[in-house]
Amino acid sequence: MTSRSPLLARLDSPRVLGYLLITPAAIILLGLLAYPLLLGIWLSLTSATIGKPGEFVGLQNYATIFADPIFRGAALFSVFYTICAEVGKLILGLALALLLNQRFRGYRVSRALMLLPWVAPTVLSALAWLWLLDPQFSAVSWLLIRLHLINSNIDFLGSGWAARFSLIVVNIWRGLPYFAIGYLAGLQSISKDLYEAAAIDGANGWQAFCRITWPLLLPLTTILLAFSSIFTLTDFQLIWTITHGGPTDATQVFTTLAYQRAITGGQLGEGAAIAVSPIVFMVVLAVFVVRSVRDR
Amino acid sequence: MRHVILSLSKGLRIYVPLALFGVFLLLPFFWMLLTTFKSNQELLNTPNPFWIYHGTFAHVTDLLTQTAFLRWFANTLFVSVASTVLSVFVSYIAAYAIIRLRFPGSEVVSMVIFLAYIVPPAILFIPLATIIIQLHWFDKLWALVPVYATFLVPFCTWLLIGFLKNIPRELEEAARIDGASNLAILWRIIFPIAVPGLISAAIFSFTLSWNEYLYALVFMSSSGNKTVSVGMTSELIRGDVFQWGQLMAGALIGVLPAVLVYFFFVEYYVAGMSGSVKE
Repeated sequence: MTSRSPLLARLDSPRVLGYLLITPAAIILLGLLAYPLLLGIWLSLTSATIGKPGEFVGLQNYATIFADPIFRGAALFSVFYTICAEVGKLILGLALALLLNQRFRGYRVSRALMLLPWVAPTVLSALAWLWLLDPQFSAVSWLLIRLHLINSNIDFLGSGWAARFSLIVVNIWRGLPYFAIGYLAGLQSISKDLYEAAAIDGANGWQAFCRITWPLLLPLTTILLAFSSIFTLTDFQLIWTITHGGPTDATQVFTTLAYQRAITGGQLGEGAAIAVSPIVFMVVLAVFVVRSVRDR
Repeated sequence: MRHVILSLSKGLRIYVPLALFGVFLLLPFFWMLLTTFKSNQELLNTPNPFWIYHGTFAHVTDLLTQTAFLRWFANTLFVSVASTVLSVFVSYIAAYAIIRLRFPGSEVVSMVIFLAYIVPPAILFIPLATIIIQLHWFDKLWALVPVYATFLVPFCTWLLIGFLKNIPRELEEAARIDGASNLAILWRIIFPIAVPGLISAAIFSFTLSWNEYLYALVFMSSSGNKTVSVGMTSELIRGDVFQWGQLMAGALIGVLPAVLVYFFFVEYYVAGMSGSVKE
């Protein structure tokens, strides 16, 4: 080792080697992430179509989409979808985590099984949901009729609001395990001493939850919510597989509409403007994430 | 008697809500399984949809012999394995450089990588499509490998930074006194200790790649280059005719690799998942 050449020694200095080792990651991220991000913003300011570079048109595309009721509906539903699904995932995810945090037989198997919706490819499980929610042969309707909760089949995807809520339920189904595992890790890091002290002071379970568990989980909640919201707001797979944005654009979101306008319709500039517009929300969410990650 | 009542109340408190969660969370998978082995007639007319009266393998054999499913499966496997190997390697050396070599600007680099992690593909697919076409990468299966690395590398690097942080420095300092180079430390000292972290990163990368849809949908066009998710939604669904038996057989087989990998390494998966929100 002592016979190293000066060149190798130089190469091994933290500075040189450091830059060398991050080069592959830098090439991938600069070329296929940072550059496309900027190109996307540029495209949204041009009249580009597939095959034609187009020319700079300023904010024309944004003016067009903001005047378009379909875009306004998509923006509104994206936000509504995100808020409803996040609230559902948070509450059910926390409930599942509290449940799994207790000692019982079959804990490991339960935890492994409960994570399946998160692990399985979304499009494939969305296909199973599409079939489960079939207007004529829905197994969910069959079950609800048997339980005497409804009288006839529900057309889960046939009308605007039914389809919207069906998609929200499926999104909750898919994202709930993420919250559950995140919260489970959080719960396991809370010291048992705190609960013992609270019990000595005569606090009941609910009081202990409100005064100890929830406040200690709050920073984690911010991170989970912000991460999950970013990806729910720009969801594509679930909605595209189940409704394609329909019926009559009722479940259109930013990404499905951007896909339709840019890829199916060839209007790259307009599509890029639609795809770029959720960035406003995402910057706010990113600030939350970065701040809470730094605080920890 | 008291013992029985106690365990009964525990049963009600834990197993009843657990069963309800189980029904909700596992229903689609159960449904895939049932549909796969039901005859077409039984799919449309049955006294109880949650039971198989006349089992059949016809959907599975049709899927494997009459559609390009096996090709899509092989494609997905290739892309997932290749992008996982590439991303874990690239991320490991980057994470090591950021956390251990502390070169000037490493703090900034780590923050930028974190930000890259939260840029969703939904914002990138349109400009990426124009880049892919310009590079003549359109409809080339391997093009998905570097493209998937764009979301895998930030995630893995972030995960591995958190992992490497917790490896004590004494080990490498001892090696350094013995005259080991930084590169030797990276491979011979840190690598073996980092294996659990690398496994976590690899499982995540594999399941994330297996799950990817939007890029494969936009960048691949011929049937021979499609992945499972894209092939099934674009070629097994024609108009309003749904071959549910075949579709669910495909979904079931398509879910298996991700689920098997996950079941084998479930502890690593959970550790990675909790680690990624904690660090």
